[in-house]
Amino acid sequence: MTAAFKLLRSAPFSARLGTGMVLITLLAALLTPVIAPYGETEVVGDVWLEAGRQHLVGTDNLGRDMFSRLLYGARNTIAIAFAITALSFVVGVMWGFLAAVVGGWMDQLLSRCVDILMAFPTLIFALMVLSVVGTSIPALVVVIALLDSTRVFRLSRAVAMDIEVLEFVEAARLRGEGLWWLMRHEVLPNAMPPLVAEFGLRFCFVFLFIAALSFLGLGIQPPMADWGSMVRENAGAITFGIYTPLWPAAAIAFLTVGVNLIVDWFLHLASGLED
Amino acid sequence: MMQLHKPNSIAALVVKRIGLGVVTLLVISLLIFAGVEALPGDLAQAVLGHSATPETVAAFRKELKLDLPAHERYVAWLGAFVKGDFGNSLANRRPVAELIGWRFANTIFLAAATALIAVPVAVVLGILAALYRNTLFDRLISMATLSTISFPEFFVAYILIALLSVQMAVFPSIANVNAQMNLWQKFYAIFLPCLTLALVVIAHMMRQTRAAIINILSSPFIEMANLKGLRRLRVVVQHAFPNALSPVINVIALNLAYLVVGVVIVEVVFVYPGLGQLLVDSVSKRDIPVVQASGLIFAATYVLLNLLADVLSIVSNPRLRNPR
Repeated sequence: MTAAFKLLRSAPFSARLGTGMVLITLLAALLTPVIAPYGETEVVGDVWLEAGRQHLVGTDNLGRDMFSRLLYGARNTIAIAFAITALSFVVGVMWGFLAAVVGGWMDQLLSRCVDILMAFPTLIFALMVLSVVGTSIPALVVVIALLDSTRVFRLSRAVAMDIEVLEFVEAARLRGEGLWWLMRHEVLPNAMPPLVAEFGLRFCFVFLFIAALSFLGLGIQPPMADWGSMVRENAGAITFGIYTPLWPAAAIAFLTVGVNLIVDWFLHLASGLED
Repeated sequence: MMQLHKPNSIAALVVKRIGLGVVTLLVISLLIFAGVEALPGDLAQAVLGHSATPETVAAFRKELKLDLPAHERYVAWLGAFVKGDFGNSLANRRPVAELIGWRFANTIFLAAATALIAVPVAVVLGILAALYRNTLFDRLISMATLSTISFPEFFVAYILIALLSVQMAVFPSIANVNAQMNLWQKFYAIFLPCLTLALVVIAHMMRQTRAAIINILSSPFIEMANLKGLRRLRVVVQHAFPNALSPVINVIALNLAYLVVGVVIVEVVFVYPGLGQLLVDSVSKRDIPVVQASGLIFAATYVLLNLLADVLSIVSNPRLRNPR
């Protein structure tokens, strides 16, 4: 924890701003039941009311309070995105370590499979799979997690490759430890830092991917609030000069800007450039 | 075949890469086919509903060739697909090819128009930003592109609609094109979706171009040229440019691949009659043959553009072109 704070203190202003933006979103999602003035699906007034004292950013296409729905939307999507990222890490890290520790044909087989999956545009793949399995939340979780685990596989394989050649792994091997022990007790503890950093980033990308799917009407289904589907439901208002749908869209943009500021800093750190 | 295995031979690299691309496409087609196989329950029963008589179910199964074993159906399906016969839509019983043909042309039209604007602008901006890096000009461009990258396509799209279509009322918010329009009218109709895509793609392309050029400008041979006292223009044109060509071409092709997929969301926002719109509609209707066909076309275009990117960057790499 202290190491993380130290790293953050050395970060440039843009990265700290990004971290702040992501934290604000997380905090708002956590505290939703406390700060939301109305319920998630509670109809509280006329359709598309102007922003004012009663309704901070107005009401939506069914007369529900937009501000409360923004908070609930963050909460719903964050919960689902967390489940997806966790599943994708369990799958990706397991196969990635397996490829690195076993090596040989296993590595070749898994890596080529992942290469082919990654050659396929994710959005199109997700759309096709969802058309077959339907758009229930468990289906959404499994499909996105499996697609996302290809990227986790790449990272965890690369990290484990570096650890696998070290002496203590060799020692454990000679001791006769099994495959599971090598992965769980030798490789995993030493691979934690990069994996945790990647978890944060993948979580945010998954969040945005869900928002994009929901915007297309194929992600989280109404009446559950979600930023993407809120844009979709209210999109009609914009041609009447009512800017309600821009609020959830702006919320998505806010989170993405925050994530990109952090990613930019990470890339800069990794590239080792001075300026 | 023997001389193909010579190290550094361009032909060998290109053939290998094309082979990989073909394998990828085959596996993708297999996945798409297997996806429908994995459908829980019977497709015929699911589509026709509970009130269907056994006879209609049997007829439907025969029409979709569901009564044949899986591998035979895969070969038949792929063979028909290559010939342009995609079967019939489940929703309105019309041939899928008829639904897809003109929509795919529309999608290509939108993507091509965007590329025509985006590629020159992005490459010029990227090179300028790299040459004048860390100046005010560079920072302004970097900030502008970082924000357009960060915004989801639909956010940019709705902001443009709010500004140019609602406030100022200069461009239509619904991009409707049809065969009766002349080219100029079509360009006017697709102005907003085109601008949306261009903004996003330019940002990506420009940042990658800038990074590629900076990478080359910081390499030892450029430092050498500078230390020899060559004029800046000569260093850039004769020393940096030939080496920058390969990464920049790669960046352009990769972004075109992104563009082909990025159109899906933009088409939905602007109700543009393209393949992406059709794909999304068919997914919600669970019209499997249309989803299969349009998905495979998207995937094939994406894989082919990626393939093109790699082949071009192999061919344009001076080190590989002039093996020692």
